[in-house]
Amino acid sequence: MDRRKFLQLSGAGLGFSMLPLSGIAVAESKLTQSGLDVAVKKELADAALNTATKLGASYADVRIGRYLNQYVITREMKVQNVVNTESIGMGVRVIANGTWGFAATNDMTSDGIARATAQAVATAKANSKQQKEPVELAPVKGHGEVSWRTPIQKNAMQIPLAEKVDLLMEVNKSALDAGASFINSMLYLVNEQKYFASTDGSYIDQDVHRLWAPMQVTAVDKKDGGFRTRNGLSQPVGRGFEYLDGRAEDKIQSQTVLYRDSYDMVEDARLAAEQAQEKLTAKSVTPGKYDLVLDPSHLWLTIHESVGHPLELDRVLGYEANYAGTSFATIDKWRSGKFQYGSDKVNLFADKVQPGSLGAVGYDDEGVQTGNWDLVKDGVLVNYQAIRDQVHMLDQKESHGCCYADSWSSVQFQRMANVSLLPGKEELSVDDMIKDVEKGIYIVGAGSFSIDQQRYNFQFGGQLFYEIKEGKIAGMLEDVAYQSNTQEFWNSCSQICDKRDYRLGGSFFDGKGQPGQVSAVSHGSSTTRFDGVNVINTKRKLG
Amino acid sequence: MAILSRSEAKQILDKVLKYSKAEAASAQLTGAETGNIRYARNSVSTSGIVNDIELAVEARFGKKSGIATINEFSDASLEKVMRRAEELAKLSPDNPEAMPLLGEQKYMSVDGFAKSTADMTPDQRAKAAADSIIAAKEKKVVAAGYLEDARSFAAVANTNGLFGYHAATSANFTVTMRTENGLGSGWAQSDVSDFAAMSTGSVSGVAIDKAVMSQEARALEPGKYTVILEPSAVSGLVGFMMWNYDARSADEGRSFMSKKGGGNRIGEKMFDKRVHIYSDPADLNVPAMPWAEDDHMALERVDWIRDGVVQNLPRSRYWASQSENKDKAIPQPNNLIMVGGDKSTEELIKNTRRGVLVTRTWYIRMVDPQSLLLTGLTRDGTFYIENGKIKYPIKNFRFNESPVIMLNNIEDMGRAERVGMWGYSAMIPALKVRDFTFSSLSDAV
Repeated sequence: MDRRKFLQLSGAGLGFSMLPLSGIAVAESKLTQSGLDVAVKKELADAALNTATKLGASYADVRIGRYLNQYVITREMKVQNVVNTESIGMGVRVIANGTWGFAATNDMTSDGIARATAQAVATAKANSKQQKEPVELAPVKGHGEVSWRTPIQKNAMQIPLAEKVDLLMEVNKSALDAGASFINSMLYLVNEQKYFASTDGSYIDQDVHRLWAPMQVTAVDKKDGGFRTRNGLSQPVGRGFEYLDGRAEDKIQSQTVLYRDSYDMVEDARLAAEQAQEKLTAKSVTPGKYDLVLDPSHLWLTIHESVGHPLELDRVLGYEANYAGTSFATIDKWRSGKFQYGSDKVNLFADKVQPGSLGAVGYDDEGVQTGNWDLVKDGVLVNYQAIRDQVHMLDQKESHGCCYADSWSSVQFQRMANVSLLPGKEELSVDDMIKDVEKGIYIVGAGSFSIDQQRYNFQFGGQLFYEIKEGKIAGMLEDVAYQSNTQEFWNSCSQICDKRDYRLGGSFFDGKGQPGQVSAVSHGSSTTRFDGVNVINTKRKLG
Repeated sequence: MAILSRSEAKQILDKVLKYSKAEAASAQLTGAETGNIRYARNSVSTSGIVNDIELAVEARFGKKSGIATINEFSDASLEKVMRRAEELAKLSPDNPEAMPLLGEQKYMSVDGFAKSTADMTPDQRAKAAADSIIAAKEKKVVAAGYLEDARSFAAVANTNGLFGYHAATSANFTVTMRTENGLGSGWAQSDVSDFAAMSTGSVSGVAIDKAVMSQEARALEPGKYTVILEPSAVSGLVGFMMWNYDARSADEGRSFMSKKGGGNRIGEKMFDKRVHIYSDPADLNVPAMPWAEDDHMALERVDWIRDGVVQNLPRSRYWASQSENKDKAIPQPNNLIMVGGDKSTEELIKNTRRGVLVTRTWYIRMVDPQSLLLTGLTRDGTFYIENGKIKYPIKNFRFNESPVIMLNNIEDMGRAERVGMWGYSAMIPALKVRDFTFSSLSDAV
């Protein structure tokens, strides 16, 4: 745990206090320059693949990566930090004597690449002495020379820094003018330019873009000693800077404004300031059982923690036992074909293709073309998330295509795909859903989250809570958190709004592995109702 | 070679600063060789060695600052990195909170470099993992563990005459043992500077015993319990508290350290009178880098809480400059020492009529920053204590508790042990605490 590799944001009262940083700091102008030509990358990759084969590898893949990051961090009317980084290098992974070996280098000369490849083969051979069973790779046919790019309209890296700073200053002013005591706002921009080649005959050039514009608005009542925060309702996305256009057709008028495929950050900052102040005097919840109506801006995190993670095959098998943990969703439950994960309304699917999602790519980091697959069908557990060397354990022949490495220097492994809840088949609006709830709480935005190491027991907070009394919104609530058990919770799912309400939320920095790697993943849903969930009151008084 | 000597480092820093055409400049050279080995299902899954050395240069023009980094040290590269920092500084927006670079600092002398860790080999790592796996196989349990060791150095200098050099070693080992039937799980850890003081076999033995003992757990009703929290369980909560322990957010009215009516709670007795928490880079148990990571200000021994009274809060130089009372700047610490008692965990158990023993706390998140209410779970060895003895294993609990309340409800304290906590090492005692709030049961093993 080396703090130096993280950008510290301590003392800002932010939910996320450390941000991963990699690469070297560069001038902004670097972010707009293009990387190596594809022909050069192919030549380098071929050199590595040929060396690996010559040294006895039965399989090899090469990832040549250029990873660009830009972070712009502000508070009130001040720019606190601007960070631009670039990281370039190559990772080579081989199978020799039936065992994986991996090495990485930033020395992109033919000598450097040969050395790294030899090191990967040597590591594989050395580790093969401890190997119990040889690696079994699901077959993948070579794709030849192909490319894929996140369908963006405006490349965020090419928007001048001054424009980004101006936007955040306008956002912050909007919150302060509306009575906020403080605002922290940020822009995180990521561009992964990655080239993959393997001995299967694939040469895949991908240009992946992601963006996140979070903020936290605080209202302080100094006299009373109280304070409340409201986080922005933006979602991290696999889109370009056009996400921040805040188009009228993407807005949904609810208790606050909710956003679909674009986000009005200035408007949301004003609403956040008003709502943070409203929270200071909102009614404290009476604990008990409530029917919960969960907006997609909230539900994505519950899906992430209680469905996405427990259905990762490496966790199920015990490879993450010492860190993230294992899973309640064991192989025997899956094999029974009868494990009722949720009610028959619940259909959860994994995918790597939804437009605008963080997980969308053309091919994963081991050259598998991406697609989608069912995890839970009509409430029953039907599959996991697995990669090439895992699917045989499920008696399946094709990888799910969810292999990922966060850098050229990290070894790729199984990561979460987008995991989403299918919208309801019958026409149902949010208003219609609320009309039928007698005693409930409508929750918007993600807040505090915690779940046990096998993903049974969880507790979630939120950003905005509205009491529902006899089918009507009866005002704001505070101090709300709900606790449940994954299977019980999903079996209490009674209604899902139709596809008109379907929206994506997501996690920009999801951590896994030792040494740790981050990934970004989206979760879609429509507003969903869960009956009779246990709600606690989180208010405490310090002496 | 990742570890440069004091003179080698100084030579590079002096040279790069000579290239500066900015109003002021500072440079930081850091290097580490980090080795790791990971295993699961009683078999090694990955191992690696990462060598990393990096020079970061900051150029200043008034309130503008630019940072550039590089990992090669030829004269041309050093000049290039300084030029880039200057270019970035000129393009950057003003930082209204920028403070002038520090002058010469007197850094404490710290001894945190152990030869046994510095000389670690891949074979030693493999043996450390094998010792754990063999112990697991003998007791028919399944091991998953991770060992990471590092030898590192950091050197800092600026155009105002500041210079410092620090070298350190560390090794951190964690292991989870699970019974083959999946009904028992145990965990243990070791965090050291000197690898010779670490035995992965005996640490694994503790985890194995807990795994075997924790099978067939019974369910207790959630509620308020007297608990004995082992040091790793305490560190989860105390670490979270200290991470949020800060003068600025307190003064701004948005912290659990904020005072009603304005200001912070320095001078108030907020905790049980036995609570004494301090930092000291020269502490022999948890030696740490003697300067702040952000601006290289010298760290000293600082009492944060003494006799239950808040003594100091970390305060940035900018925030200190804004204070009306001329408050002193105190950097964020690089280690933490919570003073404990002289009892072993066994002795704490012996003196307990009814209570719950907690090995470890997990997935801790903030629920309410105003009261510092945290939620999380117990994990890998939770037991019911009756009449001074461990009676039987119990199912894990979710807790909702504030460390501030917890540190007011202390019944007794055990001996402090070194634990890895929130990115640094800390000395933390086991605590016996009354009225700890468990709010629901978890089926997780």
